[in-house]
Amino acid sequence: MRYRKYINFRTIFSLVIATMLLLHGSAFAQAGDSTATENDTTVSSSELQAEAESAGTTAADTTGNAVAAATPEGTSATSNAVQAAQEEEKSIDPQVYKNFFYYVLLFFLVCIIVGIVGKIIQVYELTREMQGRAKRVNWNKFHGTLFLISLFVGLYGAYWSYAHHGSLAWHESASEHGERIDSMFITTTVITTIVFVLTHILLFGFSFVYKSTGKRKAYFYPHNNLIEKIWTIVPAIVLTVLVLFGFFTWRSITNVPDDVAKDALQVEITGEQFAWTVRYGGKDNKIGKRSIKLTTPLNGLGIDYNDKSAWDDIMGSDIVLPVGKPVRFTINSKDILHSFYMPDFRVQMNAVPGMATHFQMTPRYTTAEMREKLNNPEFDYVMLCAKICGQGHYNMQKTVRIVSEAEYKEWLATQSYFFSDDVKKEFKASQSANKGEQEEDNKQLALNY
Amino acid sequence: MSSIAIPHAGDHGHDAHEHHHETFLTKYIFSQDHKMIAKQFLITGIIMAFFAMFLSILFRIQLAWPEKDFPILEVFLGKWAEGGRIRPDFFLSLVTIHGTIMVFFVLTAGLSGTFSNLLIPLQLGARDMASPFMNMLSYWLFFSACVVMISSFFVESGPASAGWTIYPPLSALPQAIPGSGTGMTLWLASMVLFIASQVMGGINYISTVLNMRTKGMSLWRMPLTIWAVFLTAIVGLLSFPVLVSAVVLLIFDRSMGTSFYLSDIIIGGQILPNEGGSPILFQHLFWFLGHPEVYIVLMPALGLTSEVIATNSRKPIFGYHAMVYSLIGITVLSFIVWGHHMFVTGMNPFLGGVFMITTLIIAVPSAVKTFNYLATLWRGNIKFTPAMLFAIGLVSFFISGGLTGIFLGNSALDINLHDTYFVVAHFHLVMGSASICGMLCGVYHWYPKMFGRMMNDKLGYLHFWMTFIGAYLVFFPMHFMGIDGVPRRYYSFTNFPFMQEWLTVNVFVTWAAIIAGLGQVAFLFNFFYSIWFGKKATQNPWKSNTLEWTTPVEHLHGNWPGEIPTVYRWPYDYSKPGHEDDFIPQTVPFSETMSSNLPHDFEGDAVAEQIQREWDKEHGVERELHH
Ligand code: HEM
Ligand SMILES: [Cu+2]
Ligand SMILES: [Cu+2]
Repeated sequence: MRYRKYINFRTIFSLVIATMLLLHGSAFAQAGDSTATENDTTVSSSELQAEAESAGTTAADTTGNAVAAATPEGTSATSNAVQAAQEEEKSIDPQVYKNFFYYVLLFFLVCIIVGIVGKIIQVYELTREMQGRAKRVNWNKFHGTLFLISLFVGLYGAYWSYAHHGSLAWHESASEHGERIDSMFITTTVITTIVFVLTHILLFGFSFVYKSTGKRKAYFYPHNNLIEKIWTIVPAIVLTVLVLFGFFTWRSITNVPDDVAKDALQVEITGEQFAWTVRYGGKDNKIGKRSIKLTTPLNGLGIDYNDKSAWDDIMGSDIVLPVGKPVRFTINSKDILHSFYMPDFRVQMNAVPGMATHFQMTPRYTTAEMREKLNNPEFDYVMLCAKICGQGHYNMQKTVRIVSEAEYKEWLATQSYFFSDDVKKEFKASQSANKGEQEEDNKQLALNY
Repeated sequence: MSSIAIPHAGDHGHDAHEHHHETFLTKYIFSQDHKMIAKQFLITGIIMAFFAMFLSILFRIQLAWPEKDFPILEVFLGKWAEGGRIRPDFFLSLVTIHGTIMVFFVLTAGLSGTFSNLLIPLQLGARDMASPFMNMLSYWLFFSACVVMISSFFVESGPASAGWTIYPPLSALPQAIPGSGTGMTLWLASMVLFIASQVMGGINYISTVLNMRTKGMSLWRMPLTIWAVFLTAIVGLLSFPVLVSAVVLLIFDRSMGTSFYLSDIIIGGQILPNEGGSPILFQHLFWFLGHPEVYIVLMPALGLTSEVIATNSRKPIFGYHAMVYSLIGITVLSFIVWGHHMFVTGMNPFLGGVFMITTLIIAVPSAVKTFNYLATLWRGNIKFTPAMLFAIGLVSFFISGGLTGIFLGNSALDINLHDTYFVVAHFHLVMGSASICGMLCGVYHWYPKMFGRMMNDKLGYLHFWMTFIGAYLVFFPMHFMGIDGVPRRYYSFTNFPFMQEWLTVNVFVTWAAIIAGLGQVAFLFNFFYSIWFGKKATQNPWKSNTLEWTTPVEHLHGNWPGEIPTVYRWPYDYSKPGHEDDFIPQTVPFSETMSSNLPHDFEGDAVAEQIQREWDKEHGVERELHH
């Protein structure tokens, strides 16, 4: 009965496919590459490309960052989109539906093939049975063998991935504490890889060796306290070692004594949707106070210029740091959570509105040295946002440059002060206004909040 | 140790049940029968899983081909994919809802809800749950939560898009992202309903386990499935209410102008009046649930696989007591490790150090469980049913994902790995893949109990191998992206030169995901086809020891037609030496298995030992009765 149902199922779909093929001879050729057809129908010009690029990367505009232009390939697709939208006024090319339909059909075809193969196996098993042979397909053997193959292929795959992806991913850290993190990372990787390999050899090996043959009974072995103790204690010891190792490294990174912190180069990073502002402490190496209530279009950070140490604060277009000198980042946010992340330096700290966070590190290699090491003249250190923060999250970056002390000084001299002439005017105006209204203001504040 | 079992109160009243009429509505919709409720949870969970999987394919397409148009997407998604490209904010919505549905609706409700409901009464010998009515409510609250969550796709500003962890201020301020408007309100409403459902379910599971075990079913004779769902329910009951408080405070911040999580914010050029709140507070509250939650997801899966591995290796689970104590250890420890999600959020770094220590301790019970699984397979007589394949899959994923937890649990290493693809890889292996494998293992294994029919084996095999290989291909390479410093929840990789080398990997991963996703259709078809056309099941198709296989294939309200069976032994007497069959159900008394009894079977019962000794003498058997 069930068999007949199957046939119906199959014939119906064969019919559907046959009709589709009749309706459209080259169906599958097009299903193979749906975008090819679109490229034929639209002409792309370089102006349009440029237009599309700027439209496509609005987020980049807000950061005012030129790096966004570094999207080298494939922008013709954007231009297609823009153009299609302009030309067709939202109507969708019927070809789109057709292509989609072909993909669906293709999938059904695969399903039918799977169904047929299934039937063949079933028929094969039935005939074996009717011929009186004891065994049908031995599925236990089948899976046991597959597990053995998985073991070899999987281990090789993991090895290949380590080698191939690993070399893509792994770069020497460019900071001093990063070195310690890296050596711990390597230790952990070695230990976990050994465990990974051994346990998988056991898991898949046992699956292969102890597959049921129908001739054997399993070995009744409910427990063995000694073995269980061993494999509780050994991981516990290994983990203790890792924990201690980790704990002290962590403390050494995060627990910076106050005087050391004060001597470091002070840099403040403030995140907002979707840009970063960099503020250097200036001559006095002190970052002036801020209060969100003081924010104006001119004074974007709400710097409090009553605090004189703010007068020499310098706005950095990028993050430029002298090599080998400790730098202490103070991290802030104007709106929501962001995360200040510099993977090359093994630095990450969230930017939290209303709460300054800190991270101190010492860069080891200049950008030029790193370029040489990596044999990549294009290389640049980056700082990026790692905490989900909205539409532009994926492109909220600053270039980081590590240079010699001299170059750093030179660069810093070219940067502008926060306390510019316009800001000074604004500050003076507010001060004189304040004197008169201060008391009234305070009252109002009390009422409002 | 004495048994706390109380004879079931429903025994007398039971006959009355046969008379009352069941309409379609009371049988299939507002059912109070635990088996039907289990099926409702399962089918709802499967539908949600496919929905969430579809979302993931959408954002994988964006990640693989960020520069290409897919006009068909506009057909489905309209303005959210104008010109055939997913918009960045909608991308974040997809990620958010995918995560939420998978974690809460599929792996929490779909997994616990299904198997706690199905197995607690059946494996413990109870006629139903302690409170069938509350059980029904639990399902319908869950169902409403699902409806509300999905309805957020139909609001103008789109679904919630602050990530499944909905950190404020992003989730609190509609100015920050459109999804934090109505979409987030719906998210929060849905979550409150969901938690109410979980709490009702949890109370029910716990009280049933504690009070309604059949005669002889002492705690130490409970199958590991029951231990797992029992402890899971405890974890849930203690942690979910904390999420409610987090959610309620967030609702206040959003709509009543309070400042629990908000302070010093300028958004859209406007200075907000909120002062004194802390976004970190939300993270503490969230992860106080959030970390236990990951074990809520995992423990039932471990329980199911323990049972399936023992049954299909035809061996007792190795170290039953150790398995239980590991579960208890995980239960307790899971409450004191939440800070490992917050190492670099600005939490006091010393606290970070403390959380690192507790976190790495929790790896010990996890390791013990793994080794015990391996020891159970050793010298087994392994039958590769689809359920068994998925159980082995779980062990593999649990190992791989657990090992990467050791990196992340180390706060110093986490500096560079936090919020990168490494984390994505970690939890998709240890939680996503492992728990899904556990759930599928449970579905294949208990399908005959639920629907009275068998699923097709061969489709199951196909399904397993596609899922298993697919999941590794998808998630393994992600570790390396994380090590390279690629953050998660990035809409595209095109703006950073160092990420562009991962674009080809992204294409590969997306193809693997699509193929693995299509492989799930084999399951979907198999599942629904077999409900009506599957081969009829026999009473005990896997030759299993536990009580559920003593009930008739045809469901009846109250589970057992006559008296509830009494339990005499633990559930793992597989391949016991001296016994003819390779399994001895829990309902078989020791007096019927004189040839295979072992010293510890008598638990120090002197009379029983005496009888055994006499029998031994009669049959000339030498056996050591004391140990
Ligand atoms: C061996 C034990 C484990 C350790 C040491 C561990 C450690 C960690 C740590 C430290 C994180 C935070 C990473 C970060 O955000 O930077 C994390 C994330 C996560 N872990 Fe684990 N884990 C373990 C096992 C598990 C298990 C068993 C599950 C679930 C069944 C799980 C699920 C998760 C999830 C869902 C996240 C990510 C949450 C998010 O940020 O979205 N982990 N794990
Ligand atoms: Cu961000
Ligand atoms: Cu956790």
